[in-house]
Amino acid sequence: MNPTTATTSSAAGVGATAGDAATATVDVRAALTPDRADELLDRTWRHRPGLIGWLSTTNHKDIALRFIVTALAFFAIAGLLAAAMRTQLARPGQRVLGPDLYNQFFTTHGTAMMFLFAVPIMKAIGLYFVPLMIGTRNVAFPRMNAFAYYLFLFTGLLLFGALALNVGADRGWFAYPPLSGPQFGPGKRPDVWTWVISLTEISALVGAVEIITTVFKQRAVGMSLARMPVFVWAQLITAFMVIFAMPSVMLASSMLSTDRMPTVNTHFFNPAEGGDVLLYQHLFWFFGHPEVYIIFIPATGFISDMIPVFARRKLFGYTAVVLSLIATAFIGFGLWVHHMFSTPVPELGQGMFTASSMLIAIPSGVQVFCWIATIWLGRPWIRTPMLYVLAFIVLFVCGGLTGVMTASVSVDLQVHDTFFVVAHLHYVLIGGAVFPLLGALHFWFPKWTGRMPSERIGVVAFVLVFVGFNLTFFPMHQLGLQGMTRRVYTYLPGTGWGPLNMLATIGAYVMALGLIVFACNFLVSCRRGRPAGDNPWHAPTLDWATTSPPRSYNFRFPPAVRSLYPLWSDDPAKTPVVIGLQLDRREVLTTTVMDARPAYRYELAGDSLLPLFLGVTVFLTFFGLIFHPWALPIFGGASGVILMVWFWRQNTVEKVHDHPGEPPGPVHRQRPRQ
Amino acid sequence: MRLWGFIVIGCAAVLGGGCAGNQSALDPAGPQSTGIRDLFWLFLGVSIVVQVLVTAALLPPLRRRSASAEPPPLVPEEASRERRTTLVVGGLVLLTTVILAVLMVGDFLTGRAAHATYADPDPLKIKVVGHQWWWEVNYPNEREPYKGVLTANEIHIPVGRTVEFSLDSVDVIHSFWIPNLHGKKDMIPGHPTTLRLKADRPGLYYGQCAEFCGHQHAKMRLTVVVESQAEFDKWMEAQNRPAPTPIYASQKRGLEVFLTSSCVMCHQIDGTPARSRFGPVLTHLASRPTIAGGSLANTRGNLAGWILDPHAVKPGVRMPQNNIPPADLHALLDYLEMLK
Amino acid sequence: MTPANPPEVRRRRRPTAWNATAVVAGALAVLTASCEREERSFRVSTPSADATKSVRVTDLVPGPAGPPPTTPNGYEENAYALAQGQTLYNAYNCNGCHAQGGGHIGPPLIDDQWRYGSRPEQVYATLVQGRPNGMPAFGGKVPDQQLWALVAYVRSMSGLVPLDAAPGRLDHMQGAPPPHSIPTTRPVNSRSQIIPTPG
Repeated sequence: MNPTTATTSSAAGVGATAGDAATATVDVRAALTPDRADELLDRTWRHRPGLIGWLSTTNHKDIALRFIVTALAFFAIAGLLAAAMRTQLARPGQRVLGPDLYNQFFTTHGTAMMFLFAVPIMKAIGLYFVPLMIGTRNVAFPRMNAFAYYLFLFTGLLLFGALALNVGADRGWFAYPPLSGPQFGPGKRPDVWTWVISLTEISALVGAVEIITTVFKQRAVGMSLARMPVFVWAQLITAFMVIFAMPSVMLASSMLSTDRMPTVNTHFFNPAEGGDVLLYQHLFWFFGHPEVYIIFIPATGFISDMIPVFARRKLFGYTAVVLSLIATAFIGFGLWVHHMFSTPVPELGQGMFTASSMLIAIPSGVQVFCWIATIWLGRPWIRTPMLYVLAFIVLFVCGGLTGVMTASVSVDLQVHDTFFVVAHLHYVLIGGAVFPLLGALHFWFPKWTGRMPSERIGVVAFVLVFVGFNLTFFPMHQLGLQGMTRRVYTYLPGTGWGPLNMLATIGAYVMALGLIVFACNFLVSCRRGRPAGDNPWHAPTLDWATTSPPRSYNFRFPPAVRSLYPLWSDDPAKTPVVIGLQLDRREVLTTTVMDARPAYRYELAGDSLLPLFLGVTVFLTFFGLIFHPWALPIFGGASGVILMVWFWRQNTVEKVHDHPGEPPGPVHRQRPRQ
Repeated sequence: MRLWGFIVIGCAAVLGGGCAGNQSALDPAGPQSTGIRDLFWLFLGVSIVVQVLVTAALLPPLRRRSASAEPPPLVPEEASRERRTTLVVGGLVLLTTVILAVLMVGDFLTGRAAHATYADPDPLKIKVVGHQWWWEVNYPNEREPYKGVLTANEIHIPVGRTVEFSLDSVDVIHSFWIPNLHGKKDMIPGHPTTLRLKADRPGLYYGQCAEFCGHQHAKMRLTVVVESQAEFDKWMEAQNRPAPTPIYASQKRGLEVFLTSSCVMCHQIDGTPARSRFGPVLTHLASRPTIAGGSLANTRGNLAGWILDPHAVKPGVRMPQNNIPPADLHALLDYLEMLK
Repeated sequence: MTPANPPEVRRRRRPTAWNATAVVAGALAVLTASCEREERSFRVSTPSADATKSVRVTDLVPGPAGPPPTTPNGYEENAYALAQGQTLYNAYNCNGCHAQGGGHIGPPLIDDQWRYGSRPEQVYATLVQGRPNGMPAFGGKVPDQQLWALVAYVRSMSGLVPLDAAPGRLDHMQGAPPPHSIPTTRPVNSRSQIIPTPG
């Protein structure tokens, strides 16, 4: 059953008038105008109206936008926690926050930012744009996508709800035993942390599987791997990193949980009974270091997508950039001990990790040079997203250079666990990930809402955020070198750290103001922004070939591509498309992995409430484990029942219209397995 | 231009903090920390140059920027410019690799130099054990064990002598860090370890716990006194003596209060029946410059406040509030002040 | 009739914030019990030290017997205080006679045989006053706050505190699983009980 590909001109329409569109028995292809096609597709692909429809949607765009909004809400709350922490540290000996509350605040801030904001939002932007950029209608496993969102939402509510109820995690975002262990971590706070980790990792793993399968199997015809946008490459590589890294932290946190459970009573991290405290650190950081690249690599994907638009030319060194991303991913798994240089690990090993930690600066450098070369060879067009891109280059290089400093064992032994490291990590995470994110939000805002964001407010927000960020975190380098350790709720007046801390607090308020202005820009422009067309930035990738916002079905006919920059190299009116897919079923075209030649048609699952139910039962499994191990068989069993329903194969035999070239007669149709 | 302004302001703010300090990694007082500081200057110099060059590389294209509100036309590719750019980028990548290799060699050499002390056959051995939230310091004397010194939150080191710290922890992970002297070393239960360093400059320095260890991680500080060998020997000899016998009636009453109230449950004073090692040893309390894990100056008023309500100073410590009547409190203070 | 333009996919305003609020309210209702468990009060007013006045050593009373006056110990549902009690139990060498609750020189604490009663004020009286045949009197030496934490921990060893507040195992060599993880059983043929306790 090979779908035919043919050039079609959107102006001419296919076939004659569609006056009898209401008649169900009409031969669809003969009477198919573009409007009729749109109507049928919309009916097929949009979710039902009402609350049930809203809860049961499996449209990747809906789910991605929910992810983004929820992640930004968590970002705001975690940012407020940071503002409270900075207020406490503004002057020595303040009593705004006592030690217990401060411990909960910095732990929740770190955990929420890393697990509930950074990773999910990068993935979410990928979930929105990867199907659009590769020219398909939805992700490969739509219901699983919805499940990932529900699980993420409940987990975030658990973490912040726990904080509100004084059960907030309070042992640091990496929760080393024995401090988080059964003897020194009383109550349920560390248990909340461990199961929040497991839940977010399941959500991330699910998203990773989603991206990999979609990218490998559903690309547009002709989009070989060498014609895939760097954005998609970044998401694909990140997804692979997630699959290899996340199990390690789930293992570490689960081992910590069983150590803590009195009825299970393991001794993984109890040296007196043969366990090892360092085992936790190795397992955690084996995940922890790739985690920061899981956050950073999608951000580089945003940059590589935006720079061609704002330099008005193709990205320089596409192959080098892609290979650098792959190299970063591989090398990123060989760095983890640099978080443990002050522990008693053998010195030869420390030296090797210094070497690999410095080695990873090379692929990052390759990317930075290629970006700068693109700007140099092109003609920069300064709009707000480009401001964020330029700031990213400057700030990420700064963060990367302090990273090279901390890669050296000798220097790290002085700056480890001080504010120097806090400064470094915020330069790479905010400068290297949040700045591209803010630029990306600004860049894709017209695609999401159909309106342009205000350029003036955008510039004001940028200046405030940039100034505030540097004012907050640059002095921390000096504070760390002057001996201020991290995770301190206060400091003594005699240390002389007061003035720089006050400067950092002022900077934090400025940055918060900038972020508020940024958010206001979007809220205002939602209603009153200038209407944007389909492609206001004149960008080259397929996501800009849709309407703004895209229809529920993305493309009327899935496009075929012949180059890396389809919208720049082809006349949009002459874009080759694929016709022949069913308009009344949720059908997508799957293509081969390497060259994207058409392979077969595949029907995606429809809307369902099962993801919500499964999200609830999986969440309750881990939530219940905080209190009692019986939650595992009870709610795990419930999850198993739901999964049985989910995977139940249904064979239906239907008559289908005869198509030329196909054998006549009934065709077995199978509801696809998820 | 805006960018430059902020960079300058930032650097000024940072440098305004200064380098000197008695808890500063940039004010080294020993060969190890000097080596690290010098290596840091190398890294910093390279970093500043790279940062400036990268930022400067963005400026020339910006001067050609387009000011149009609509997307400007695309810039066509030129094969010769592409080739030249490839060579430039390749060269820069090679340069980056060379710079990183140089830095790595610098790190290796610094680490080697810091380990020179390991050749020393007769270091001064000090055992430091981390507790939540104080430091137990023990100078074992292998030949004459009764001459070992046990103190808390304070270390004295003779100038110019290699010191070997044996580090361990009784509860959670702590980290032993004296910025002016050397990098830090984690004290991990189940992984006792050692750290060797040497101090070249006499003075008073502060150490601080550098691994989050609970409520009072912020106030777990260590006083380090680097002094001449003669002064060090005098200090050791004073520390070796048991607590002096009280002379005046108030001091005698103070000892009695100490032994009959909750103090004796946790604190040891050599020369009295108080032998509990749960809390810091107090035999020579009055000779220490600080109390409460290095976070309060050792004055009578501070000591009184600390005894009555430790949680006002360090909320969450293991020491409870003590309801001691005023007369008894003064007697107790009189006794504690004689423990030099 | 086909419309001139395909219908816009209208995006309804998603009341995401309200949905989230509803879920939070529900979770709050479920989790309210956690407040007390997780409180870390570094200075508390403990039950009065005069609690010993309400301690009885016999069930015989003049007139009708009412329920015995009890002194509730606020620490019993507080995980932090129970952990403190566990630390103090080890620091003050209760292990020396009672081991980790298994008993040796002193009677075991993990069973439900209480010579002098298991109610909080009765255990408090035992700690403060000492007992014949070797139990020291800690009153006056161990401050009140610590005594009540120890009372709570001792009772937890016998499974008398809620499971979710009970302390976990020590990072120690383990002779046996934590006391509250195994069901307490009454030893057969034991006649060491002096006062029948309601528990």
